[in-house]
Amino acid sequence: MLLSEMKQKQTATVVRVGGNGALRRRILEMGILKGTSIYVEKYAPLKDPVELIVKGYHVSLRVEEAAQITVENVK
Amino acid sequence: MIQKRLSIALAGNPNSGKTTIFNNITGTRQKVGNWPGVTVEKKEGNINKSGYDLKIIDLPGTYSLTPFSIEEIVARNFILDERPDVVIDIIDASNLERSLYLATQLREIDCKVLFALNMADVARTRGTKIDDKKLSELLAVPVVFTIGNKNKGIDTLLKKAIELAESDVVISNKRKVKYSKDIEDSISKIEHFIGNHTADSIPYNIRWTAIKLLEDDKIIKERILEKTGKIGEDILRETDNQRNFLVDRFDDDPEIIMTDERYGFIAGIIMEVLTTSTKQRVDISRNVDLVLTNRFVGFPIFIFFIWAMFQLTFSLGAYPMEWISSGIHLFSTLLAHVLPDNIFKDFLINGVIAGVGSVAIFLPNILILFFCIALFEDTGYMSRAAFLMDKIMHLIGLHGKSFIPMLMGFGCNVPAIMASRTLESEKDRTLTILITPFMSCSARLPVYIILAGAFFGAKAGTVIFGIYLLGIILSIITGRLFRSTLLKGADAPFVMELPPYRIPMIKSLLIHMWDRSKIFLKKMGGYILAGSVVIWTLITFPHNISYSKNYDLEIERVKTSFQTKIEAARESDKASLAQKRDIAVSELITEKKAEKAEKSYMGRIGKIIAPVFSPIGIDWRGSVALLSGFVAKEIVVSTMGILYAADQREDSEALKNALSSSGMTPIGALAMMVFVLLYMPCLATLAAIRRETASLKWMIFSISYSTLLAWGMAFLVYQGGTMIGV
Repeated sequence: MLLSEMKQKQTATVVRVGGNGALRRRILEMGILKGTSIYVEKYAPLKDPVELIVKGYHVSLRVEEAAQITVENVK
Repeated sequence: MIQKRLSIALAGNPNSGKTTIFNNITGTRQKVGNWPGVTVEKKEGNINKSGYDLKIIDLPGTYSLTPFSIEEIVARNFILDERPDVVIDIIDASNLERSLYLATQLREIDCKVLFALNMADVARTRGTKIDDKKLSELLAVPVVFTIGNKNKGIDTLLKKAIELAESDVVISNKRKVKYSKDIEDSISKIEHFIGNHTADSIPYNIRWTAIKLLEDDKIIKERILEKTGKIGEDILRETDNQRNFLVDRFDDDPEIIMTDERYGFIAGIIMEVLTTSTKQRVDISRNVDLVLTNRFVGFPIFIFFIWAMFQLTFSLGAYPMEWISSGIHLFSTLLAHVLPDNIFKDFLINGVIAGVGSVAIFLPNILILFFCIALFEDTGYMSRAAFLMDKIMHLIGLHGKSFIPMLMGFGCNVPAIMASRTLESEKDRTLTILITPFMSCSARLPVYIILAGAFFGAKAGTVIFGIYLLGIILSIITGRLFRSTLLKGADAPFVMELPPYRIPMIKSLLIHMWDRSKIFLKKMGGYILAGSVVIWTLITFPHNISYSKNYDLEIERVKTSFQTKIEAARESDKASLAQKRDIAVSELITEKKAEKAEKSYMGRIGKIIAPVFSPIGIDWRGSVALLSGFVAKEIVVSTMGILYAADQREDSEALKNALSSSGMTPIGALAMMVFVLLYMPCLATLAAIRRETASLKWMIFSISYSTLLAWGMAFLVYQGGTMIGV
């Protein structure tokens, strides 16, 4: 499943971070790596971007960027 | 005794409380400027401490030292090239894991690092406890606890920093990140290769250089080639071999694997130093955010905040503006009385004071605006604003944060362009700066009011609204156009932290506000002053023009003839006669001014360029008015007043009549409004563009693009309108 398909208040584990060089590395550097657990806090009122909780802090990604991240164990 | 100088750089993530600590250390003794060649704010301050002269440098807040963003490049170059004696890494204790990423990168560079675990009190209330001794031991780095907003631990921090600078500890490799075997092998192969060939010419730590080469770091590669020439090519070839090997081995780029492994290393540290209690706690910030970015009330609240900022800036700001304006007026009147009538006096009053005054008058706006922006930033609301607006702004190819500068543009373009500083990506910033002038500022409104009022009567409001709308539409088109051509390239990823809400410190707000306003005053002042002097010269010279009639004599004649009439008249008629006299005199004065303007260099230029404007239905007087609007757009109205020889005492009504009788048509007026909306930004705005893009090129580009667009649009309106016979 893709991160962008997750619903509000769901948790999941990252399987793979895709995307081009700069974006991919930026996402990784912000601590979203394979095996990281992610909580979808909420979507913005216009459904984009999405707010996540990762490693105890809040970060937002555009939905198109979240679509580069594959997740599993969605709960 | 000469004190020993030490330089201390503050590094850290954005929102780690770095600026608060910097403000606490340096107080008001700080210098704010730009890093050379870029528009990233550079702050430094000097203080005396325990017999040392400390120079504190606030590096831009970054999450990493990978040279992607301009901030990261600036921060890293400073550490590499300026070699500060100590780097203090300010770590948000409640965000330890992510903060340690930058920390491990700092550890890898060959510099003396000290950790400040900031806001540990907040972390504790969130149920996390950090074992500082363990952390210090695991990374071989001194650790100090600080609470920036309560000014705690700062003293110890500085003492430790001095101690560290004066000690000669050798930083052991043992405590740095250790990568997996294959990567370590490649690192040491490159290290050996460098060591065998040219160790001396590499200015950085060899292991670090090898790591960077393996990560395909473009900047370091270039530098190696620069420093070592031919051998450098061999080094890069060896690097490529190692990279290819690793790509084969891991089926992924080495830099990705290494990022992963750094976080692995960090995870190990976290396990040892961090204890998290499992008790559920109330997270105030999260609850606040559930309201402020709520699906239903998020936008209304956002609009309210923006409205309030707008109101404060332009309505509250109008009062001090009035005071400054009347203060300047009073001052010039005073000078006018004291100084003898000569060219110097005219220069001083109409050139210098009027010029400086036109800048100073914006100061209240600027101060209030920057206070509001500082409030948005320091509380953490700014990133929420970006979160809310991003979807909309992304359509134009911009970041959510671009919304605020663009909106401010409707008030005044100068603070609006300065507000674009809050954007991190340089491309976003440049694009925002280029399209902000199409937001019709308040100075353009008087021009519309006069023209629309004179030619469109009851429909004036609709016409003016249409003009504003045109500006917005063109800014969207321009944004999309530039995004896909001039400012192409990777859209900065919108990976944005949403920091917890914090109560701002008034001291920090004031410092923020004043720093930015000071830049405005200093830099704008110079440009505006020079520009006003030029315009003044063009309007004033040649000084001795031969008038078509002797106005002074004529005025005297009118005065005496009325005088005799008044004396002869009945008591009840005297007042109305005196009024008639005044009107006659002022008509003559206006006529004289009009002739003077016509024959001045400005007027001559106007006549020369008039052919350019005639296809858009603007005569030479309109051309001169538009030229003078370069100083400030509202001047267009007063210049038109002079040139169309309208009686100034009767305000706009007379100008409207004069315009109608001068042969201007409604469609011509519309074309002129369109032109005023779009043509080159005023002097102050240009100065802001020059300043904020740090480039003359973009300023000239902005002038050319907007003026060409203005002409093109006005041409369409005028010729199109004339053709369909409006």
